[in-house]
Amino acid sequence: MAYGILSFGAYIPRLRLQRKAIADAHGWFNAALKGQGKGERAIANWDEDAVTMAVEAGRDCLVGQDAAKVEAVQMASTTFPFLDRLNSGVVAEALNLGQDLAASDAGQTQRAATSALISALRGGPATLLMAAEKRPVKAASPLEMTAGDGAAALLVGEGDPVAKLIGSATRTTDFVDHYRTPESEFDYQWEERWIRDAGYMPLVPPVVKACLAKAGIDAADVTRFCMPAVLAKVANSVAKAAGIPDAAVADNLHAVCGETGAAHPLVMLVAALEEAKPGDRIMVVGFGQGADALLFEVTPAIANLPARLGVKGHLARRREEANYSKFLAFNDTIELERGMRAEADKQTPLSALWRNRHTATGFIGGKCSKCGTLQFPKTRICVNPNCTAIDTQENEPFSAKTGKINSYTADRLTYSPDPPACYGMIQFEEGGRWMMDFTDVDEKDLAVGSPMRMMFRVKDVDSQRGFRRYFWKAAPAAHSSGRA
Amino acid sequence: MAKGIRDKVAILGMGCSKFGERWDMNAEDLMVEAYTEALGDAGIETKQIEAAWLGTAIEEQHVGKSAVPLAVALRLPYIPVTRVENYCATGTEAFRGAVYAVASGAADIALALGVEKLKDTGYGGLPQRGRGTVPNMTWPNASAPGYFAQLAAAYRAKHGSAPEDLKRAMAHVSVKSHDNGGRNAKAHLRNKITIDTVLNSPMIAEPLGLYDCCGVSDGAACAIVTTPEIARSLGKKDLITVKALQVAVSNGTEAQHNSWDGSYFATTRIAATRAYQEAGVQKPRDEISLIEVHDCFSVTELVTMEDLHISAEGRAIHDILDGFYDADGTIPCQIDGGLKCFGHPIGASGLRMIYEMYLQMQGRAGDRQRKDTPRLGLTHNLGGFPHQNVCSISIVGRYEG
Repeated sequence: MAYGILSFGAYIPRLRLQRKAIADAHGWFNAALKGQGKGERAIANWDEDAVTMAVEAGRDCLVGQDAAKVEAVQMASTTFPFLDRLNSGVVAEALNLGQDLAASDAGQTQRAATSALISALRGGPATLLMAAEKRPVKAASPLEMTAGDGAAALLVGEGDPVAKLIGSATRTTDFVDHYRTPESEFDYQWEERWIRDAGYMPLVPPVVKACLAKAGIDAADVTRFCMPAVLAKVANSVAKAAGIPDAAVADNLHAVCGETGAAHPLVMLVAALEEAKPGDRIMVVGFGQGADALLFEVTPAIANLPARLGVKGHLARRREEANYSKFLAFNDTIELERGMRAEADKQTPLSALWRNRHTATGFIGGKCSKCGTLQFPKTRICVNPNCTAIDTQENEPFSAKTGKINSYTADRLTYSPDPPACYGMIQFEEGGRWMMDFTDVDEKDLAVGSPMRMMFRVKDVDSQRGFRRYFWKAAPAAHSSGRA
Repeated sequence: MAKGIRDKVAILGMGCSKFGERWDMNAEDLMVEAYTEALGDAGIETKQIEAAWLGTAIEEQHVGKSAVPLAVALRLPYIPVTRVENYCATGTEAFRGAVYAVASGAADIALALGVEKLKDTGYGGLPQRGRGTVPNMTWPNASAPGYFAQLAAAYRAKHGSAPEDLKRAMAHVSVKSHDNGGRNAKAHLRNKITIDTVLNSPMIAEPLGLYDCCGVSDGAACAIVTTPEIARSLGKKDLITVKALQVAVSNGTEAQHNSWDGSYFATTRIAATRAYQEAGVQKPRDEISLIEVHDCFSVTELVTMEDLHISAEGRAIHDILDGFYDADGTIPCQIDGGLKCFGHPIGASGLRMIYEMYLQMQGRAGDRQRKDTPRLGLTHNLGGFPHQNVCSISIVGRYEG
């Protein structure tokens, strides 16, 4: 038994905004954007936020793992949907991890996830660490081009780790390259060249060297160097200054995903682990008011990890989006006339949410202990017309089940932030069914019998009260395509 | 099964307001419009009414809660007045209350009035509204066409119907109702349309286009009922009596149990069987002469033809395209225009259907009067959604006693 990373997972939202669409919209105003109109960036669907993406990354990470062994959950982000409500608590409920669990949120800096990872790797409870970011960006800002939305997750604890920490180092200094406050909604950023020359270059190499020294590893023996940095070649320059071979510098996923903020060090680490072989040494760096560096050695156990989507699989689960105004509308960057139907009150009584949390957040249904029929939601009287036994329902989680479309429509009348609203009856193979919203689906792909998987999403946004409620939706079932 | 209420109750008088966008009318004004016609037809005075039922479904859009709005609008003499709501079966539920009161002997003369004022929302279609605290957490943010449209997907999958064949039969349903609505001065929509109008209309909820959807209207309808004996004592001849009144309500099986395939209405099949039994109907396709069904959407009417055991399973498309249900067909369906064109003020709809039966059986239906006076008619309402609904069926006919 040893301590380390036991499993990993990731989530990249399916929509990929073409940067050319941004450049075409704003090139008239900011000519510098024209040159950046290459590749694509991941954008969250309207019903995704840092919490829902953390849930998906967490599920991906827990493939083949015993979720009952998780003793602590931690979520790192600078874009938590709730400022005073434990975001990792929502995640834990959605993942059905039970109540005997420690939970905490880590935020405030781009290195929130790497700092949390250093803490988790000091030993202690088995921790599911998720980092997720849905980045707010101003229209026509450079960040709009370079940012991406996404999440990654690591399970850290005692067991047969796929990667062991062999060294870490950290430095803290109040270097303010950008900031965001509750009053300011968007990042305010200083000049990129200054960030490179006065920030990355003097601050990071010493931390990398300290980390290598602690591990007793020669810089030349680092096989993968994962450091998010938007400005081209900064990671290469840092690596060079620390003596790490240029060939080890990891792709920052700019062309296919964009930088996912505080989640990005873990997204890059997971991408590296997906390609890693035993003996590889992977360094990951988080930069923000100082720097964290962690050095891992990959173990033979990595070959035994069951397939998952990970970064690679989620990048392959992709739909090009060339409609820039849809991105603006999804993020409320422009105020659309949404029509009177959008005015319907979306209040969630918190007392009812608490009472129904296992149903609404956990997607827990029932299984009749008398006749074995599965049903959603759980009710006191069994739904089977030939049974109707009272108080025989045991908890039956539905979130991992695959269902099939029994009936469907694409509705252009009802209010939806992304019309047409697609929904229909989902029938689960083992039993149970529910009339559900669909998500991440194209109208042309709807057919009776199509397999659908469950995804945790924002159901409604209560703009009157600043609340959002979550529930599960059906999305086309994707096949695992991670490590072969 | 209980022996039922066949021929225990007669219709003494009926009234129906003009349906449509009644911008100049409050719900109370519409109530009075339907009521004065019914009262005149019955030939009685308000003080003779001993109990009343108000049916309205989306009361928050107009009159608010309770039966008080009816009592005040009609100045009813401090009698028992009850408000009922049961989705789109609301009008028939009001009728059932009044009919049961008379059948039980609790009242000699009772009134049922259904009303809906839907056109104060500011947009087309039904009001967008919540479904209750807990359903709001897990139900899709759906519209009525979106729920009913799914019948088409499931029906095609079950019967292997080509989408274009189904769509064409659905279009025929709408064209037929527009033809019929054109002959009805009280109808909301009176324009003639063609198959192409329907097929080329904007998509609302796949595969339902605009012309597959019924009108959303303001309106009221009213019935005054009594016993056949009292009706005769008041000088009435050619009585129309209630032969059957049945309601079947989903118990969650369709929504939660995989025994239902989504292509039909489980409730309608059960309520229809019970209604035929109560009315003594053996072969509905041979015995029923007129039907008014809940054609909220063209596809609803189509599958309902099978659920009422009139078209064989999988054969509705053929019967419809053959003109079996046309105004001059074997069993006309929606000879008054139906929900599609007469309009659908929810609480009034069930009573409006009975109103049409009553007129047709008395030979008073004007331009749209069926040549062979119908003897036995069926009305049908569906409230809710295919996967969870309320179905009401009434059978009325000439009194042979």
